[in-house]
Amino acid sequence: MVVEQQGSASTAVPQHMNTAVLGDNIITASLDKVVNWSRSRSMWPMTFGLACCAIEMMAAGAARHDLDRLGVLFRASPRQADVIILAGTVTYKMLPVIQTVYEQMPEPKYVIAMGACASSGGIFDTYSVVQGIDTALPVDVYIPGCPPRPEGLLYALIQLQEKIMREKNSFGAAIGVGEVVQG
Amino acid sequence: MSQAVVAKLKQEFSAAVVNTVEHRGEMTVTVNKNDIVAVCTFLRDSAGYNFLCDLCGVDYLGSEPRFMVVYNLYNIETKERLRIKAAVGEDDCCIDTVSGVWSTANWPERECWDMFGIAFNGHPDLRRILMPADWEGYPLRKDYPLQGPDRELYQGRLS
Repeated sequence: MVVEQQGSASTAVPQHMNTAVLGDNIITASLDKVVNWSRSRSMWPMTFGLACCAIEMMAAGAARHDLDRLGVLFRASPRQADVIILAGTVTYKMLPVIQTVYEQMPEPKYVIAMGACASSGGIFDTYSVVQGIDTALPVDVYIPGCPPRPEGLLYALIQLQEKIMREKNSFGAAIGVGEVVQG
Repeated sequence: MSQAVVAKLKQEFSAAVVNTVEHRGEMTVTVNKNDIVAVCTFLRDSAGYNFLCDLCGVDYLGSEPRFMVVYNLYNIETKERLRIKAAVGEDDCCIDTVSGVWSTANWPERECWDMFGIAFNGHPDLRRILMPADWEGYPLRKDYPLQGPDRELYQGRLS
């Protein structure tokens, strides 16, 4: 694939320039890199605020920390979301709803467990609370804290971006050849 | 004020009233569980207790009868409160519903059923309300393991 060098897009795609052959206004990159780059720079989260962590998630989305500048735009529909941020205490009553929403999200999809409760049950070691959402969903990033500050969520999203950038065969998987290899 | 109501109640239901206690201006009347609907209907119609604030269960594990259903009533007009209690045994763990008296009793009674396993005879829709529908056991009972049915009884924190 050849990407014309235009605007800011070229800065994120690693350049393997061969100016002698292609001239100085053409860059080349691997398809996986392009796919990973576009995915990691437009992670639209499905908000799943379940407790006080949701307040910090809202703070992270608001003006001071402003997740929009990372291409993180909160979606109210799982159909439009790439990553689900589980912010808060997961109860067994809520678990089927979370699983349904997760299944409604299109591939590729990622899970962030925000805070102690979503990661491990937290202080709620009781009959009604799921002891870590990783018993039901494949979690990509865990955020410690009770609740984590917005910086924590920002850091988790950047970690997830880096994880997506390390994926191999993401283009192949998209066109039905093989599976994505986690980096 | 509420003494007058209790006197009227005693006069009307002399067999049903088991005990009356007044503590710091709060009146509590314990009644026989078989007469709960009649007592509540009387209190609503003749004493003006037109609002059921809350209905809850209590587990007195180890004593007999084990459970108590508590009705917190409120007279919106005179701003008076009254507490009605009815003892429910473990073997015959049911009491008549008061959802026909105050329709707001519907959900609190479901909660009481969900948490304590106290059945309400004649309830229009007696399902679990807080726990998942397929849940087994009644979590607010004193002998229910705090950390879940497959865990040991909670002994306090070890550290």
